[in-house]
Amino acid sequence: MSGPRYWREMPQRYRLEAVKCKKCGKVLFPPRQICPACKSRDFEETKINDKGKVEAFTIIRVPPSQFTDQSPYPVAIVNVGDGVKVLCQVADCEPEDLKIGMPVKIEFRLIQKEGHGGILNYGYKCVPA
Amino acid sequence: MREVAVIGIGMKRWGEIWEYSIRDLLVQSALMALDDAGVDKVDAMYIGCMSSGLFCDQEHLGSIGPDMAGLCPTPGIRIESACASGGLAFRTGYMHVASGMADMVMAAGVEKMTDVDGGKATFALATAAEQEYEVYNGVTFPGLYAMMANHHMNKYGTTRDQLAQVAVKNHHNGSMNPLAQFRMKVTADQVKNAVMVSDPLTLLDCSPITDGSAAVILCSMDKAKELSKKRLVKVTGSGHASDTIQLAQRDDLSFLKSTAVAADEAFKMAGRKPSDMDFAEVHDCFTIAEIMVIEALGFADKGKGGPATTDGKTALDGEIPINASGGLKSKGHPVGATGVAQIVELTKQIRGEADEGRQLKKADIGLAQNMGGSGASSVVHILEGA
Repeated sequence: MSGPRYWREMPQRYRLEAVKCKKCGKVLFPPRQICPACKSRDFEETKINDKGKVEAFTIIRVPPSQFTDQSPYPVAIVNVGDGVKVLCQVADCEPEDLKIGMPVKIEFRLIQKEGHGGILNYGYKCVPA
Repeated sequence: MREVAVIGIGMKRWGEIWEYSIRDLLVQSALMALDDAGVDKVDAMYIGCMSSGLFCDQEHLGSIGPDMAGLCPTPGIRIESACASGGLAFRTGYMHVASGMADMVMAAGVEKMTDVDGGKATFALATAAEQEYEVYNGVTFPGLYAMMANHHMNKYGTTRDQLAQVAVKNHHNGSMNPLAQFRMKVTADQVKNAVMVSDPLTLLDCSPITDGSAAVILCSMDKAKELSKKRLVKVTGSGHASDTIQLAQRDDLSFLKSTAVAADEAFKMAGRKPSDMDFAEVHDCFTIAEIMVIEALGFADKGKGGPATTDGKTALDGEIPINASGGLKSKGHPVGATGVAQIVELTKQIRGEADEGRQLKKADIGLAQNMGGSGASSVVHILEGA
């Protein structure tokens, strides 16, 4: 991932920043320019909850090259409430302990090392709550 | 809009085809389709291709296609919608003829996926997912469909055996298709015990990496009646819809809304309903995909796609045979070509030209469903024998 692209996404990746539609109240993560529900373009800043429940999961056993050293690793879609769901890795959890409905907490973590230089890319993962 | 018919089809065997380049593959099918239609020129050439750039370092198929097929200065148009590129190339060509702007066009599809190693192929395919929040976090395509399977199994009680039965059925059908990449039959135990890719999906739940192409000729019905000696195959319904690029942003992870919306559009246009279909070719990129697709198309109730499969409803002799060609699972999945190959198969079945053993007894009305990414785009067509 190029530097500028990574840098642009920092508010969402580091601080879970989202936007809330001023007209219909829908929370959008990551932020968007137009609300898909009511077409409003008027938003206020907000943050998504850092606690949620696992809605679906899998264990990646054939990973993309930059994740080879982490394989196998669990990935989940986590429902954090307010109509927001996020996809992230599940850390500090044995794959066999994963369950749908499991409460998790979203934490700031190292996601991958970029390219030959090994530039560190951060973001969020969830851990059992 | 005017009536449009498919009057020519072309497709050679799919597989790991080292001896031919992407342009060779494209032209082989293009020439076969022209010959089958008995014509030597078209007004335009639509080419479905997901990623010739990442797979072959070659873009601009809109020039290479017509040039290598001996059709210059006929315009070429590359169409991309990930794995739905082929279906969308067909739909775009259909609209061109239906509008009256062209009398005859070619819709082709091609992908050359084995010139790169597995890692690069995985990367190229992953560009159909959302890069910043899906791929960034380490999820793969099998991973996305595995989460749909996990959700579907939890919500509806869909079983591991039901998933396996999709692969068993499609490989059985594909074993009789000389154009299929993997013509071996598989057992449910082989599927379940194959190497795990992304739980609960094993290698045999996944469609393969494939080189291949397909092409068809679309023609106005009036002209088709003059030209064609074969049974005319009329396009009666066409639908196309999108959904969120991120799987996580859908209300129901177990339902393919883009497929349901595209199907609704196609059914309305054709004045048909799911029970009117004699057979269908659907996008079984993973076993769970076929189960979810037949639910979205209305061939099975929500949550009942698994039992419909194990009960034999979708088998060759069932109520609605699904993927008589072998589907993506057995026939292969050169992504840009898949949607066009579905039209080739529908046309063969309707003409009565399918291979022995898998030619359906009743094949007058068929449906093709092709989708991109984790269902973020979907294309549905209905073809009927005239």
